[in-house]
Amino acid sequence: MEWLMWFSKYENTKPLALIIFFVTFIGIVVYVYGSKKRSQRLESYRHIPFLDEQDDTKDKQ
Amino acid sequence: MAVTTDSGAEQYNFDIVKKFAVMSLVWAVVGMFVGVYIASELAWPFLNFDSPYFSFGRFRPVHTSAVIFGFGGSALFATSYYVVQRTCQARLISDGMASFTFWGWQTVIVLAALSYVMGYSQGREYAEMEWPIDLLVEVVWVTYLILYVGTIMRRKQSHIYVANWFYLSFILATALLHTFNNLAMPIDLFSMKSYSLFSGTQDAMVQWWYGHNAVGFFLTAAFLGMMYYFVPKQAGRPIYSYRLSVVHFWALSFMYMWVGAHHLHWTALPDWTSSLAAAFSILLLMPSWGGMINGIMTLSGAWDKLRTDPIMRFMIVALSFYGMSTFEGPMMSLKEVNALSHYTDWTVGHVHSGALGWVAMISFGSLYHMIPKLWGTQIYSRKLVEWHFWLATIGIVLYIVAMWISGITQGLMWRAFDEFGNLQYSFVESVAEMMPFYAMRAIGGMFFLTGTVLMAGNMFMTIRQGKRENAILDAKLAHA
Repeated sequence: MEWLMWFSKYENTKPLALIIFFVTFIGIVVYVYGSKKRSQRLESYRHIPFLDEQDDTKDKQ
Repeated sequence: MAVTTDSGAEQYNFDIVKKFAVMSLVWAVVGMFVGVYIASELAWPFLNFDSPYFSFGRFRPVHTSAVIFGFGGSALFATSYYVVQRTCQARLISDGMASFTFWGWQTVIVLAALSYVMGYSQGREYAEMEWPIDLLVEVVWVTYLILYVGTIMRRKQSHIYVANWFYLSFILATALLHTFNNLAMPIDLFSMKSYSLFSGTQDAMVQWWYGHNAVGFFLTAAFLGMMYYFVPKQAGRPIYSYRLSVVHFWALSFMYMWVGAHHLHWTALPDWTSSLAAAFSILLLMPSWGGMINGIMTLSGAWDKLRTDPIMRFMIVALSFYGMSTFEGPMMSLKEVNALSHYTDWTVGHVHSGALGWVAMISFGSLYHMIPKLWGTQIYSRKLVEWHFWLATIGIVLYIVAMWISGITQGLMWRAFDEFGNLQYSFVESVAEMMPFYAMRAIGGMFFLTGTVLMAGNMFMTIRQGKRENAILDAKLAHA
């Protein structure tokens, strides 16, 4: 269990946390903007608020 | 995507939405009235009447609790129940649980206000409630969480619309914040008093981890949920970029948790904690402005609505104040700026540009959109909406300008030294200097309150009109 002591030092955990969070953020951005097909699917969700009302008119974009 | 065209009230539980919407207006009037009263106490101190029951110290948490938890909280319960049902096309999982959250939450606000006036407070800003009330909040909040998650789980729509992500992060984060900030040991089972489990700097750190995340998740993320539904609905066009809303959500949710320590610059807090909080506060500018741009650009190609639709104007001005506050906040989190601004009225002005400009204005816009729909009618008077908009906007400007001048004057007076290195001004001299600005702030508050009273009256008449129209329709159907 000696290896757990590695996590008790700030000089180790700070860069580790930075790498984890930075990679996660880049991953989210790549996921959101990285594929045309996925982009189209994600953008189609914009219309959800308009799906359940007959009388709500929606302008054509 | 599943499409449901049934807009019938039976499909959804709108009764609970109506109740919370009405109470939101009631608490807005009560809370803002108390706010104007305590602002007037500072300008005209005779209003304290030498009585502890009328003192600023006891009324201040009554004001903050009534406007944040009473008005803001009820508006969030109302709109979140409305949005989750409409975007998931599913009814709330339990009418009984929904009703419990209503009565429980209203009881919390009333008990909190009474206890503050009686002199009970645990002295934690925005969390002054003593432990028995904290326990009631806990039960109500967990019920809210179960109800919200349960409704999302029974959705007919495969995708969870982004507004629900913001509402859910607000519910989850508030549960965590409330629980950990209020860990305390009562001195006796039959006593209201308790002692915090934390002490010294750690206690301050936990309090401001709570305090700033209350701003971040209660007063920002949740109202962004409101924005992501009601701005597109009122504009009649979908949100500008759904992908931007996804990045906005994750960046905002992640960054807010780190910034609380900027409330404790130049204190016993370790310097690195303070610097870390300042760095994250600066980073927070990006998602905040991304969200603001996303909201405002929804109007792209339909800017004329700003001229013709007063409700839209409420929403866009709210987003503008959101952008302004989220620029001012990171700037104030810089240690050098904070050395001037901290403990001064500048902070009070900053909070109110967010609370009045962003939170209240987006709530007003959303309630103006939602209430006529709930009662199946049109707004009673659009002219009154126009009046409300201008009264509120002028009120905010008066308020924040007064606090800017007052705050910067205070900061400069407190740090001025004479040629011998002594403080140039006594504290009371700085207080005397503030008096005209305290009067200006109180007048700004009066403008804002007057607008809110107009709205409450307008909505009361709208509801009455809706009931009358429905009664006539029912009578016609009965004869047919």
